[in-house]
Order: sequence, then structure tokens, then C-alpha cells
Amino acid sequence: MANSSTLKTTETADHELVAASASGEVASFEAEKLSLVEKGHRFFHANPTAAPAIVLLLAVIVFSLIIGDRFLTPFNMSLILQQVTIIGILGIAQTLIILTAGIDLSVGAIMVLTSVVMGKMAIDIGLPPEISLLIGIATGALAGYINGLLVTLFRLPPFIVTLGTWNIFFALNLWYSKSETIRSQAIEQTAPLLHWTGRTIELFGAKLTYGSLLMLALFALIWYALNWTAWGKHVYATGDDPGAASLAGIRTNRILMSVYIVAGAICAIAAWALIGRIGSVSPQAGMTANLDSITAVVIGGCSLFGGRGSIFGTLIGALVVGVFRNGLALAGVDVLWQEFTVGLLIIVAVGMDQWIRRV
Amino acid sequence: MKKSSIVQAIMLATALSAPFAMAADKPVVGLITKTNTNPFFVKMRQGAQEKADAMGIELRTFSGKFDGDNQSQVQAVENLISAGAKGILITPSDPAGIVPAIERAREAGLLVIALDTPLSPATAADATFATDNFKAGEMIGQWAAATLGDKAATAKIAMLDLNSSQITVDVARDQGFLKGFGIELNDPNRIGDETDPRIVGNDVTSGAEEGGRRAMENLLQRDPEINVVYTINEPAAAGAYEALKSAGRADDVLIVSVDGGCPGVENVKDGVIGATSMQFPLRMASMGVDAILKFATTGEKPQTTEGLDFVNTGVELITDKPVSHIGAKSSSEGLTMCWG
Repeated sequence: MANSSTLKTTETADHELVAASASGEVASFEAEKLSLVEKGHRFFHANPTAAPAIVLLLAVIVFSLIIGDRFLTPFNMSLILQQVTIIGILGIAQTLIILTAGIDLSVGAIMVLTSVVMGKMAIDIGLPPEISLLIGIATGALAGYINGLLVTLFRLPPFIVTLGTWNIFFALNLWYSKSETIRSQAIEQTAPLLHWTGRTIELFGAKLTYGSLLMLALFALIWYALNWTAWGKHVYATGDDPGAASLAGIRTNRILMSVYIVAGAICAIAAWALIGRIGSVSPQAGMTANLDSITAVVIGGCSLFGGRGSIFGTLIGALVVGVFRNGLALAGVDVLWQEFTVGLLIIVAVGMDQWIRRV
Repeated sequence: MKKSSIVQAIMLATALSAPFAMAADKPVVGLITKTNTNPFFVKMRQGAQEKADAMGIELRTFSGKFDGDNQSQVQAVENLISAGAKGILITPSDPAGIVPAIERAREAGLLVIALDTPLSPATAADATFATDNFKAGEMIGQWAAATLGDKAATAKIAMLDLNSSQITVDVARDQGFLKGFGIELNDPNRIGDETDPRIVGNDVTSGAEEGGRRAMENLLQRDPEINVVYTINEPAAAGAYEALKSAGRADDVLIVSVDGGCPGVENVKDGVIGATSMQFPLRMASMGVDAILKFATTGEKPQTTEGLDFVNTGVELITDKPVSHIGAKSSSEGLTMCWG
């Protein structure tokens, strides 16, 4: 049922293709009516990640032409990958929630809170870094569990729930950390494992961090889970039409609950990547991460109405933003125009989504 | 069981309301910060609280939800007016936007003191207690130029600013640094309009590690030979250092910063930051509480520091590599004075 909608649409598209290729009168009549726009519409309808992928490709080409050899180098490409790692991982969590027709405003706060938990456990309490990491991930899952409980048991809208828990988690973060930063040097000495995500391996001039590789692995894992497991199909079904899904025997509350818990745990993995990237544990990090993760998901072509979208769309969405920010910065464009461009991308992406959704 | 919990709840409620009842006759002073997250404001609140406790004043604290949240600050001002406060200490998130609310407060007879960030216009407050941010920038600029010596003439400088809004603190530090380094300014109220080829570029950091790292990475892509990095604050400096470390440039680049937070001073000690200009939020707040109490008892308003349009709460250069003509304190001394 996963791609129930996409499956259906490809089926209808196939029918129509068959009809179009058949030599009946009716078919030739339909073929005449198919304008270029309609063909494009069908293509994008059947391939929701095609639009952001094309934007990404065009952006890379245009920036290469403008900026030249400083942009299209293996090193700069890997740099962009490093720069989108945190938002990419949070984007995975956000995609899962959005696929269930929800939204999670608390992803950034969960990330910061869990990063502080990991740092405090390892540095202040002196637990082994492996245990600290696990406690951090458990904290993330617990935070997700709280969100899930409020959404399923109390039937509150996800937007409101996570708006509330965003503030709560953030306040807890400030209380627990006392607004104090744990410095990079302290972590390097006592818990180098927390910096593992920031270590790099060189490959043909590209500098990949383990954090970026972890992000790619997570994308692959969640892609597999969404497309090749019953759980994944149930997630799509629940997002598409919870009533129908529950009539079909899916325990939608359980699915929602699992999605929020998994999303919370993924936010904690983002926290690990965050510590690797900025070196220190800062209770002020990730202030804009909530909206940035939603931006990545939306540009990636995931429908905010649930049930439609691909996890790799989010990766592409995050990369699109990363390429624009990096490219515009290298071209020396003032920051406010970078923000302007990202805003434009969001509106174009949502506009495309609305247009594509029309059958 | 249930009964006892009700009793407990009532006792708790009475206990909670007691301070309010007791406080009714104490003079009320309000402190409104930009956020309650930044250690700078946490320290400021601590300074105000200690002073207020010592002087027998009731301190009411408010803050915006995020940097730039004018609405919450306006509400806080209104609450303080209706609470009959004697005065307000405020770090304005929107120095121009808050002015109408400030005017109402002053009409109602409150003394308003801007802390850290002046209002726009500065005269909209009765006084401003702040770090001389231009001076703070100038000191690290002079230090960087003196440390480089002859090489200052061919330096490649990265400017890691706060954001794209050109707010006063951001502009003053940026321009102060450039002047101190010996770079000709264009409009001293504008970041990024200089033409000196030594400046590789400006980028923004949001004053945080992640932003600092990204900005540094992007500027290094524009010119890998950058050897001087100005940063708006120490978290941004720590982020920039991570980027330089990753690029294998950690040891041959000079990073300078402003703030004087304890993690920042420790980074000076560890050689991550070459020099930082320390400011004194605790002093700002306690001086502010004093001034309001003085106004409440004698009606006297604070006088500005000579030559400036605000009361200078001081700035101190912290470095372990002092240069001859600029007075500086070592990181060990800095650690006894730092905040956050």
C-alpha cells in the first residue's frame, strides 16, 4: 500500500499509454489532446522526485558556469554534502512525520537536547562515550514517544503538539545544560567517539565525513523500510487516508507511534552528527533546524497532506538548498539574497506539488 | 491519599504566592533580555538578580522567545508599566521597533536603560549601558595587525559577521576591527562596503558554531589562503576553527573574536582564538539596577561616559600573546572575569 497512490497512478498512466498506443479512434483522439504541459504533468505525477532532481542538476550546471573551477570540484561537492548532513538527517525524521500527514516542529529541539544529554553523560558524569551515545538516542526516542502519545492518545494535531514540545524540549535543554557550552577540546580528550561523525576520509579529492556517510546510510535504510517492508506500506497508507487504512486492518495509532519514536531516535543521530561537525556541544545550536528540515522535505517534493513523497526527494531537497547556499556564497552574493532564493524555491516547490497533485 | 495531596497543593499554592504578597512594597525593577538562552543574557540576569537581592529590590525578568522577537518585549514593557515598576533595563531585540512602547513607559515615569544594545535613536532611552563595541573590534584589529607585523600588508581576511540585518553591534564590531587592522572604511554604518583587496569576503554565522563553520568553509573555498579571521563572537570562532582544522589550516590562521564568555577564554588559552575582547554583562546589569534605584530615591539620571553617547561598561583584551602597545590580560586572568 506504500506507494498506493503512486502505484495507482503509474497504473493509470500505463493504461493510458496502452490506450494511446492502441490504434483505436478514441485513442488517437486522446493523443491529440496531450499537450506538452500535460505530458510533463503526467511525468512529474509519476515521478515525484524528478522535479527537485532537475532543479538540482540545473543549479549545479549554472553555478559551474558562473563560478567555474572553484565550484565543481570533488572537494566542494563533498563540502556541500558535509554542510547538509545535519539538515539531511533531520529531514529523514521530518519526512517520516510528514508522510503521515503530520509535521514535527520539535526536531531541532530534540536534536539539541539529545546532543546536550550525550555531552553531559560523557563529560560531566564520565560515562563511557558508547553508553552516552545510547542514552542520547534513547532520550531522542523518548521525546518522540511523548510526541506520539500526545498525537495518538490525546488526538491533538501534530502541529500543536510539536509546537508545544519544541518549547518544552528547548527549555529542558537550557535547564539541563545551564546554557553552557561543552568545548571541543574536552570532548576530544574524554569522548572522541562523539567526534567520530566529524572525521573525514579522502576519496579522489573529495573529503567525506563519517557523518555524511551515516546520513546516506540512514537514507538507504529508511528508503528500504518505507518501500520494502509492511511497516513502510502502512506508514504511507496511514498518511494517505487513516480511515481507509484502519478499515483495511492497519492499527494506525501504532504506526503513528512508531513513526514518532523512530523520528525522535533519528533526531538523536542528527545530534551526533552535529557534535562531530561543530566540535562542541552547544545548547544554542540548531536554532533554525526545524524550518530548514521542513524546507528540505518540501523542496524534495513530499506532500504536506501526507501519503505521497519519496525519502530520496528529501535528500535532493537538502542538496538543492545546500548547492544554492554554497554556490551563491562562492559567487559573493549577499546573504539576504541567499535567503530570498531559498524562499523562492519553497514557494515554487509547493506550487509544483499542488499542480502535480491535480489528476 | 487524595486528601493529603489536595492539602499539599494548597500549601504549595500558598508558598508560591507568598513572595508576591511580600514583594508588594518593594520597588520593582524590570529586566527584559533578547532571549533567555544566550549565556550572555543569563549572566546579565544573574548580575541584576544579585544586585536586586542585595538592595532589597524586586526584580522581574522577561525575555523574547528568539533574537528579534519585538512583540514579547513590547508586552513585557506594558506589563512593567502596569505593575508600577520604577524602571526598566532592556536589551532591545528591535532597537527601533520597541521605541513607541519605551516612550509610553517613560511618560508613565519609569527610567528606561538600554543594556548592551542602544535604542534607535539612542536618545529614546534615558541612558545606555553598553560595551563600546567599536572599541572592542578595534582592539582585536590592532592586535591582529601588530601580531602579523609586515605581513599585515598582504593579509587575507575573512569577516564572519552575525546576520544580514546590519544591526548596530554587528556593524560596530566589524567596522572597529577593520579600522583597528588599518583598513580604510567606506560607510562606517555599513558592513561589507569596503574595497580593500585584503578582505576576502563577509559571511554570516548567526553567532553560532554551525554558522561559523559553514561561513568559514565557504570563504576558504573563495580563497584558501585566508590567514586572518574576524568573528562576531566566540561560538562563531569555535565553528570557524573546526573548519580550519578540517582544512589543515588550524595552526597558521589568526582568529580574533569578541565576547569574553568562559568557553571563549578557554579557547584563547588553548590557542584556538588568538585574542578576544571581553565585555562585562554582569557589570552592565548591576550598574543598571543601581542607576534605577538612585533615580527612584533621588530622581537623578545616569550620566554618559565622556566622548560617548552611552555609559561604557568596559572592554578588556584577552590574549596570551600580548603586543607591546596594547594593554591586555592573559587567559588565566580572563578566566576569573569571564561570564557564561
